[in-house]
Amino acid sequence: MGKIFAVTIIVIAIASAIPVVMHTWEAPADVSTHGHLIDEQMSETMLEAGVSFLAAQIILAIFIWQFSNRGAEAKIKTFPGGAMGLVIAALVLVGAEVLALGVFGVKAWADVYLTAPSANAMPVQVQAGQFAFYFRYPGPDGKFGALHPELINEATQNLFGLDPEHDPDSRDDIVTAEMAVPVNKEIHLLMHAKDVGHSFFVRELRVQQDFVPGLDVSLHFTATKVGRYEIVCTQLCGLGHYNMKAYLDVLSEQDFNDWLKKEAAMQ
Amino acid sequence: MQTKLGYAAVLAVLAASAMAFAGPSGGGVSGKVTYEGTPAKQKPIDMSKEPSCAQQHPTPITTETVVVGPANTLQNVVVYVSAGAPDEASTPAQAVTITQKGCQYLPHVVPMVVNQELKVVNADQTSHNIHPLAKVNREWNKSQPPGTPPFSEKFDKPEFIAVKCNVHPWMHGTFAVLKTSHYAVTGETGGFTLPNLPPGKYTVTAWHESYGEQTQDVTIAGSETKTLNFVFKAKLY
Repeated sequence: MGKIFAVTIIVIAIASAIPVVMHTWEAPADVSTHGHLIDEQMSETMLEAGVSFLAAQIILAIFIWQFSNRGAEAKIKTFPGGAMGLVIAALVLVGAEVLALGVFGVKAWADVYLTAPSANAMPVQVQAGQFAFYFRYPGPDGKFGALHPELINEATQNLFGLDPEHDPDSRDDIVTAEMAVPVNKEIHLLMHAKDVGHSFFVRELRVQQDFVPGLDVSLHFTATKVGRYEIVCTQLCGLGHYNMKAYLDVLSEQDFNDWLKKEAAMQ
Repeated sequence: MQTKLGYAAVLAVLAASAMAFAGPSGGGVSGKVTYEGTPAKQKPIDMSKEPSCAQQHPTPITTETVVVGPANTLQNVVVYVSAGAPDEASTPAQAVTITQKGCQYLPHVVPMVVNQELKVVNADQTSHNIHPLAKVNREWNKSQPPGTPPFSEKFDKPEFIAVKCNVHPWMHGTFAVLKTSHYAVTGETGGFTLPNLPPGKYTVTAWHESYGEQTQDVTIAGSETKTLNFVFKAKLY
């Protein structure tokens, strides 16, 4: 009985490892400049965790195979150092693994969060609110008008609470429901939430960032491939969370300028 | 002599029947609602986050906070008798309907009498969550997945209630819950008619969602139809 159990464990362990090793569920192609660091971190994590997992399962199976069906009077050996030894060994092994992942991942993290956007990054503002994302471009004057939350009026599509009557900077701001960016141009994304927590996630860009109400969060990224990608909300924000998404169009510079002109005309 | 009598008889019959048709509630008010100045531009609505609705509008619809017609007429104005009319004998039996179609509220303004049944229909492929922002009546919101049957609600106090959809931020409308059934909503011509008003003194109110309210007093004698026009000041912002 015990030997069958040992074999089952090995079978399950190998069966779980196969799809991972074969890359059966591949992440979509990375279209960002920093994405490869994240993908590498992911691969390293899977490798470390995978090897530890297989090792643990095989050792477990060996012990079960070896020592099952022993009689009640059999002598039991203890782990060297007893319980304390076990605890220290676990701490050292697991601790080393987690620490290693952290150390190797520092570059990916720093690249995304600890470097400032370059001086000529294009600023785009995104506001997350139940249950849509809206975007704002500064327009020809390069300045964003001030936000006045008390002026937000969805019926007139004043989604950001701009005051064009009194604020000249906001008169040429371009508010859109879709986000478009030129390919190979660094984007400085300025994020804030209108109400509750949301999250901005574009798989292909390897960008995912929570909105925290009250915080102005900023991100920068560069998209490297023209295409249409989904921005989905990945932080449960209420009954419309399942439906909360927008589209990101990565366009050639010419197409982007045309798009921006078209959106400006509709303001 | 016989023919003269004949004509007189015919005239008498005609006059009598005319008076009979005029009846006890023969008077009324009619007029036009217009605006002066330049209204704010209505913005096109981008429904890309809801593809099943976006494809119903190859040319995007615009916001409806100020809808105008030719010759400076103003649409979606609720004109009603706010004072002077006798209390309603009973609540109208038939329901008023609001339909969610193409991620839009149709009609944009739904007038109804207090306690009249309101039917809410979802004709779209997506869930809607209608949320009347009532301040005097009870505030509620209700989710309606696609394909589910209409549901009914009613409001027991008069109020102009802004209506939004919790799932689709661009959807907006108004419920005009009125004490009286003497109301009309202006269409493209900006015109309205309030018939069946017995002789007396009345106050007529015109309400617009962006330009506010205006009232005028009118006295109706006999079965005349008085003309009453309203002019609202448009605002650029």
